[in-house]
Amino acid sequence: MSTTAMPTNTKWWNGGRSPFNASYGKVMMWYFLMSDAFTFGAFLISYATLRFSLNDWVDPNHVFNSFPLAGSANLPLAFVSLMTFILIFSSVTMVLAVHEGHKMNRKGVEKYMILTIIGGLAFLSCQAWEWTHLLTHMHNVLVTGPQGMHIEQWNTTVSHNAFGLEADKASVLSSLSHSSPAALRDLIMEEDHSATLASLQNLSLSQLVDKVTPMINEGAVHVSTPGPISFGSYFFEITGFHGFHVFSGVIINIVMLAKTKLKHFELRGHYEMIEKAGLYWHFVDLVWVFVFLCFYLI
Amino acid sequence: MSAHSTSPEITFHPEHTGGTKKIWKTFWLLSVITIIELGIGLSIYTIHKGAHPNATLVLMFKGVVCILTLAKAYYIVSIFMHLGDEIRNMIMTIVVPLCLFIWFIIAFLWDGTSWLNLRNTDAGSREYKKTEQVQKQQPTEKGAKD
Repeated sequence: MSTTAMPTNTKWWNGGRSPFNASYGKVMMWYFLMSDAFTFGAFLISYATLRFSLNDWVDPNHVFNSFPLAGSANLPLAFVSLMTFILIFSSVTMVLAVHEGHKMNRKGVEKYMILTIIGGLAFLSCQAWEWTHLLTHMHNVLVTGPQGMHIEQWNTTVSHNAFGLEADKASVLSSLSHSSPAALRDLIMEEDHSATLASLQNLSLSQLVDKVTPMINEGAVHVSTPGPISFGSYFFEITGFHGFHVFSGVIINIVMLAKTKLKHFELRGHYEMIEKAGLYWHFVDLVWVFVFLCFYLI
Repeated sequence: MSAHSTSPEITFHPEHTGGTKKIWKTFWLLSVITIIELGIGLSIYTIHKGAHPNATLVLMFKGVVCILTLAKAYYIVSIFMHLGDEIRNMIMTIVVPLCLFIWFIIAFLWDGTSWLNLRNTDAGSREYKKTEQVQKQQPTEKGAKD
């Protein structure tokens, strides 16, 4: 967009001027973001290395298939698309704030900063819901313990991954009588939607086994084996680190909004601080593009 | 440019006072790429659900998604972060160090593949066989630890 002609024959490296034609603060913000890119890059590459070293990984469409208020509907990719669009849109409002800053329009900067902050908060709320869902939602897993195989109910944590390969029918059938009544009730309710916790409460373990056995034989009820433990650690580490960046970005944006309202930038004569905060915010969006790719798409 | 000089070190200011057309164009471009990515993601999901997933096709789709992601990254950095409007020196001081990623990715994915090979051949002492198949006969110890 360099419609202003660049002065020809400028001796950029002769001193007296920035060889990058940018202020110290802006160049340092870029260098910080570059180093941060290597931090995130190292996390994501280590995740990829581990994935490449294993025969089986987790199917993301199986893990991330829920949506708030949608109950147990199978909606792969839906919620994460919402999060992605929220972040892209808040990136647009941020760049519009920077644009208004170039025009020295304080009211415009304020309006778009508020929209950006709202976008950031919306993204953080989505992430909070997603984490809560993973940490509280239980899945039936065929676990091999000292007394043989039994079915346990696991959530997704840094030490538990319920999304391994599907267990074979014979193992599941032989494990039923060693499993807890709660796990069997859950299996029945997964298939038979007319069954309620109250109606199954009084059944003995053997009655529950009789009820669930045909369901397993028909292949209507699925039980998985434990998946690679590292999935949870990587997921929570990387999305947590990214979420922390979003959080600090929101804080920075709030400070910038306050400074704009107090006319600090107007008195200074330029809105370069908004530009620098914007660089950070766009970087957060940039990282999400790669997190989205590595954890949800492939 | 109506803004005053931000710093005496800056030789000239790129023109920024134009319209917002370019920004919105980029927004639509990013949205369309994301929708294509989601479409491919859902195709991969459908392929996996089928009886005989075509591994080559899945790999190809994953490669396409990676390329689309790089395109998105390019547009975010170039347009939203205005790196495309900076002078060549500035662009190079950021882009050249990032080339380290080329080595970084190749080296570590290579390492992961080698690790998989060692895992599936017991460090080269037997025929290549997925360990998962071996584990099924003698159920996992891992579950007990969890």
